[in-house]
Amino acid sequence: MTQLALVIDLNVCVGCHACVTNCKQWNTSGAAGALADAEPFGAAPTGTFFNRVQTFEVGEYPNTETVHFPKSCLHCEDPPCVPVCPTGASYKRKSDGIVLVDYDKCIGCKYCSWACPYGVRELDEKRQVMTKCTLCVDRIYDTNLPVDRRKPSCVLACPPGARLFGDVHDPDSEVSIAIRERGGYALMPEAGTKPSNHYLPRQKSTLNLRQDELYRSDNPHRIDGAPFEQNLPPIVEEL
Amino acid sequence: MSSPLHDPIAPPLPDAATEVKTTTCYMCACRCGIRVHLRGGEVRYIEGNPDHPLNKGVICAKGGSGIMKQYSPARLTKPLRRKPGTERGANQFEEISWDETFDILEKRLSHLRATDPKKFALFTGRDQMQALTGLFARQYGTPNYAAHGGFCSVNMAAGMIYTIGGSFWEFGGPDLERANLFFMIGTAEDHHSNPLKSAIGDFKRNGGRFIAINPVRSGYAAIADEWIPIKPGTDGALLMAIIREIIALGLYDREFLARYTNSGQLVNQDENSNEFGMMLRKADGDVLNPLRPHNFYWWDRLSNQPVADHTKGTDPVLYGSFVMPDGTPAKPAFQLLKERVAECTPEWAEQITGIPAATIKRIAHEMGVTARDRKIELPIPWTDWWGEEHESVTGNPVAFHAMRGLAAHSNGFQTIRSLSILMSLLGTIDRPGGFRHKAPYPRAIPPNMRPAKGPEGVKPNTPLGGAPLGWMETPDDLFVDAEGQPVRIDKAFSWEHPLSSHGLMHNVITNAWRGDPYPIDTLLLFMANMAWNSTMNTTEVRKMLTDKNADGEYKIPFIVVCDAFQSETTAFGDLILPDTTYLERHDCMSILDRPISEFDGPVDSVRIPVLPPTGECKPFQEVLVELAGRLKLPAFTTAEGGRKFKNYPDFVVNYETAPGSGIGFLSGWRGKDGEKALRGEPNPKQWEMYEKNGCFFQYHLPPSSQYMRNWNKGYMEWAQQAGMRRDNDPIIIHIYSEILQSFRLAAQGKRPGKQPPAALRERVATYFDPLPIWHAPLEDAQSDLNNYPLNAITQRPMAMYHSWDSQNAWLRQIHTYNFLHVNSKTAKDAGIADGGWMWVESQWGKVRCLCRYSEAVEPGTVWTWNAIGKSSGAWNLSADANESQKGFLLNHLISEELPADAAGKRFSNSDPITGQAAWYDVRVRIYPAAAGEEEVSSPQFAPLEPVPGMVKGKPSWLTWFAGKKGDEQ
Amino acid sequence: MHPALSVLLLTTLIGAGQGLFITMVVVELLAAGSVRPGFFVGGTAIVLVLCGLGLIASFFHLGHPERAWRTATMWRTSWLSREVIALPAFMGAAFAYGVAHWTGAGATLAIGVLGSLLSLLLFVCTGMIYAAVKVLKEWAHPLTVVNFTTMGLASGACLATAYAGFAAPELVGALAKAAFTLTALAMVTRGAALLRNAQLRPTSTLQSALGIRHPKIVQKTQGSMGGSFNTREFFHGKSAAFVRGILTAALFGAFVLPLVLVITLPILAFVVQYAGLLAERWYFFAEAQHPQNLYYQGVS
Repeated sequence: MTQLALVIDLNVCVGCHACVTNCKQWNTSGAAGALADAEPFGAAPTGTFFNRVQTFEVGEYPNTETVHFPKSCLHCEDPPCVPVCPTGASYKRKSDGIVLVDYDKCIGCKYCSWACPYGVRELDEKRQVMTKCTLCVDRIYDTNLPVDRRKPSCVLACPPGARLFGDVHDPDSEVSIAIRERGGYALMPEAGTKPSNHYLPRQKSTLNLRQDELYRSDNPHRIDGAPFEQNLPPIVEEL
Repeated sequence: MSSPLHDPIAPPLPDAATEVKTTTCYMCACRCGIRVHLRGGEVRYIEGNPDHPLNKGVICAKGGSGIMKQYSPARLTKPLRRKPGTERGANQFEEISWDETFDILEKRLSHLRATDPKKFALFTGRDQMQALTGLFARQYGTPNYAAHGGFCSVNMAAGMIYTIGGSFWEFGGPDLERANLFFMIGTAEDHHSNPLKSAIGDFKRNGGRFIAINPVRSGYAAIADEWIPIKPGTDGALLMAIIREIIALGLYDREFLARYTNSGQLVNQDENSNEFGMMLRKADGDVLNPLRPHNFYWWDRLSNQPVADHTKGTDPVLYGSFVMPDGTPAKPAFQLLKERVAECTPEWAEQITGIPAATIKRIAHEMGVTARDRKIELPIPWTDWWGEEHESVTGNPVAFHAMRGLAAHSNGFQTIRSLSILMSLLGTIDRPGGFRHKAPYPRAIPPNMRPAKGPEGVKPNTPLGGAPLGWMETPDDLFVDAEGQPVRIDKAFSWEHPLSSHGLMHNVITNAWRGDPYPIDTLLLFMANMAWNSTMNTTEVRKMLTDKNADGEYKIPFIVVCDAFQSETTAFGDLILPDTTYLERHDCMSILDRPISEFDGPVDSVRIPVLPPTGECKPFQEVLVELAGRLKLPAFTTAEGGRKFKNYPDFVVNYETAPGSGIGFLSGWRGKDGEKALRGEPNPKQWEMYEKNGCFFQYHLPPSSQYMRNWNKGYMEWAQQAGMRRDNDPIIIHIYSEILQSFRLAAQGKRPGKQPPAALRERVATYFDPLPIWHAPLEDAQSDLNNYPLNAITQRPMAMYHSWDSQNAWLRQIHTYNFLHVNSKTAKDAGIADGGWMWVESQWGKVRCLCRYSEAVEPGTVWTWNAIGKSSGAWNLSADANESQKGFLLNHLISEELPADAAGKRFSNSDPITGQAAWYDVRVRIYPAAAGEEEVSSPQFAPLEPVPGMVKGKPSWLTWFAGKKGDEQ
Repeated sequence: MHPALSVLLLTTLIGAGQGLFITMVVVELLAAGSVRPGFFVGGTAIVLVLCGLGLIASFFHLGHPERAWRTATMWRTSWLSREVIALPAFMGAAFAYGVAHWTGAGATLAIGVLGSLLSLLLFVCTGMIYAAVKVLKEWAHPLTVVNFTTMGLASGACLATAYAGFAAPELVGALAKAAFTLTALAMVTRGAALLRNAQLRPTSTLQSALGIRHPKIVQKTQGSMGGSFNTREFFHGKSAAFVRGILTAALFGAFVLPLVLVITLPILAFVVQYAGLLAERWYFFAEAQHPQNLYYQGVS
């Protein structure tokens, strides 16, 4: 059974918001559109987006990490938003595991959004239907597109390549390998929702220098002489 | 469950006509290839072009929001004239036709051209067509032309070009594909951004180590493996300490320094000589290039005697003090560098930068050991300039990137010299894993373009006697009059800022207003928001724009503004020219300007309209070509006096830099049938061929010409032939800058030729140091640092940098207003609440804004996103838009000029060498807003109303759905 | 959670209606024959008016009320769907009960018992709508169902007492005692929920929400500065003092004052109790801390 999902690589996400607006532009004119914006040129514009990038500061100065955190529907294996829907508008596709909203059945009761712990569903205030990430279902099966462009718009846009897309049930897929080998994790595991989307943690690359590596026998000081009176490195024989 | 009613896959408008057109993005300076999907004639989707060499299919937040720019209600759609009888700045306009517009401009400009062409000034903002705007200015005959480089990052361009013959920016960059260790210093996100993001992503995935040195941890620094906070403006001290440590430990690439830099060249040390500090030249040596003689000396360590540099079988001594056969004392340049940094210990730098000495030593060691021990060797044979054949290309995998964070300080040029020297010490110039050039770089140090050299270069009805912008090689290149006073309105290429290769746009309005060095008549601003975020001292500059002489005439008599959108600046126009968007125009990313070259060869690209112009919008290029025709500028006029080019596309195809040069704006598909590359006669089908190829042309150099290009014989010969370079002499890295020394000698009165005015001698002699120096930012010396203890800096967020997108309905939802980010402890100590209103005040003014605590900023720095704050009503936002009510602009606190010196002289608040605007030097203090104060940002300005031709009224809803015309857009 | 007026009205109105209905049936059961049919007919009318008003209010909660009919389709999984079925079923039974009393058709007690069972089922459905939202710890507990039931019964009994003053004065004393008892019971069960909720520690934390193990994490941006559905639907946006005030109003209005008033001034008792229950319901939403709020804490 296929379960399509995104894997977000926090190790390389720079928080550029490319995924945010490219999601918006694809979907507003796509099968899921239009995604309305209220007061677009007013005091506090607020519109429907399927994907947002948030920023968190972790730790205290100077040991601070700035974490950019993209978030969209996680297409849970056990999506709490589906059974609560009174009309069947919220559903999970058997064929690929994508959780979708049937905009023609949705009555806009928002109950599904209450059931979701992640805050990734947004009621379109103009259409008054619930909306959410579709994994660009109207792109990924489009045979008019070249195979390598049959991906969600956010994935195609992402400049540092922080978004992977694929079948997390296929152990050999790029996403499964990334989850396995890079410590991919799910959000709020305690909610029991079994999110399909995963996040890859920050990784630290370090360089452990040993003092005895600083000076090598081909050190140019052997040709040029030591430049300063003090602060000379130890020469090899002294080590 | 019953089956879905709504088909999630079916195209929503199956019958709508759809098409895909290729062009180049212009949402910022990055210039990615895009494919624009149209449905029913409206933009449905803009995707990155996967075939494009620059972005390879990716696209950023701005690029993905192009639709909202195209259909923005802030679009200007009609030429407008200030309503007769209304005051400038009152934003009262009436529509006029393009015919009238051209008549007005032609009349005014032809009169000025015939009388005093320098009274016409053309300054452009985020312009990607300086090849054309520069040509227009030159042909017109005005010296008063520049783009925004002077307040952007000219220090980065000049500091590196004067050292290694290339720079970051579009001219070169870090080779992250092969680097192991990457340092990013200061904010540097906003050039070449998508490729850099992609490269950093790949670099990190490959296990590379990324260290960010920055007062703020945001942007790319967020994903760095290590963040090293630093006090703004102190990077030079850090770099000099690292250089010292690298030298002290012998971690420099000696072979590289000896052969490819001037480290071994002997410098005249006879203090009594007028040649003191200049390179000694061997009278009978090979000059290589008479225009730029290379007959230097080495002290050969093998034979222990002076020899011509690069003599086969010799090797220069790097340290020591020698006496030449004629008795002249001499030292190798590297010895002088060593002496310069001798006192620059890590402990010294710790006091200045706030970075622990141990950390400074550690990163120096990381650089040096990685460069030394992880050497890359590629099996690519190549021949160096002196004929030595190398079996392989080698490289040291330590890469750097920096941009405005280093540049926008008054000590930026020297800081960037230090960085370039450090990169050279590590042996990373144009080698794999280090810094790589992009065509047309490397160029000579300095490149050969020279401005006119004096007032005689400016004559009525005559093209300018030199390029409007260029590179100073000696003091005699300065563009000054007999008294040493500036000829240009911005005082570029004068003794105040001799190496100001990009001009000083930030001083144009102030200088013109003051009439110093002279008043002008007409100021034409293109795509530059000089009444808001593109200017320093915004509040005062806005007053200057409307200030009048005693006779009631405006101090700047006529202002023309060309922009696609209503900005804060359009309100100050006497004439407004509605520009097109990037989807409605032809453009060239030309090798004559700033192409989009890759490391492995030149690339240029074009824009081809995918949509017809909106309303009466006209691309600025067309305006220039039309005006040039009307004014009969020689390059635009046939021998018979007729008009040479019917429009801009025609100009691009047929213009050649010189008759028969075969070099034009575009390098692809030249020759009659498009069979030639780079050079060849005009091809009438050139545009079609670009269009067919996705709007770009890419040329791959053979591997043997892809590296070590400063000294690569094969590359040099090719570059000369292709017109990338005038000469083919080697480009030796200037560890020691003889060019800077020549200005110092002039200032010391030791040099014949142009001399600085007496008042400027000390200034020039101080800052034109041939070796890197660090000095505190100039404003520090004139600020009460006890009273203004903090540095205030800005950067632009990734979703908006280099863009005009305050009016973009999608992007403005991400950044609707801005906070001042203050280290939590600093803010608490000042009694300011997280999220509370506060004041930030410099000696120049004060701003009320919102505070946000942060753990990701060093305690002595406050910062904000720039250009989010807007003037009320501008960009067709509602008067109460959060951009104006909660957002703020830090520019009100930053002066375009330094305080008056003892003699009452006010210098530009700029780098004394290059004139780079010192945005990041400002010192501030912070305190909470008083209880009961109005909860709105300050200062506020009278709200702007839409002008004729703009959409009136603000929609409650925007529901963009391409192809569904007539819907509630 | 953001308390939506439509939902506050819906649950309090139908709750009172359901309680009133059950009270009437109990009256019929215990005092059969001594009460004239008009009491039941009028009472049923009140029940139907309350449920009707509740239903109307509920439509204001929907983005697409014209599709409301679809809500009956997912009864297998959705308590909301079940409520949508149970409410009209109950109203239908109530209507039949009233008609049976009016026409003297008989079988009123049978219909009444059926209606009461439907009423109880409706309490369960309504309660379960909230109790089934697992991520809302304040709600996901049997007490939620108990409280909807006890508070509905209490307000229904209170209303019955007030109504009996006009329609069957002889019942007032007994009904007042019943209302007192049920209100006291509701106070105990609701109080138990409050005490329980006060002990709750959120299962989800910023650390689990982000998967970052560090004690100090502070949000700096949430992706939009002008707010979003997520900042409107899940936050009440009121100060802590305001929330405390509402809780006080709820405790006094829904429980303490009715207990004092119901014996002597039953009409006032009901009015006060209804207002108190609106406050209680507002607080019910406001006290529910949705874990999604972890992602919506700051802008800059």
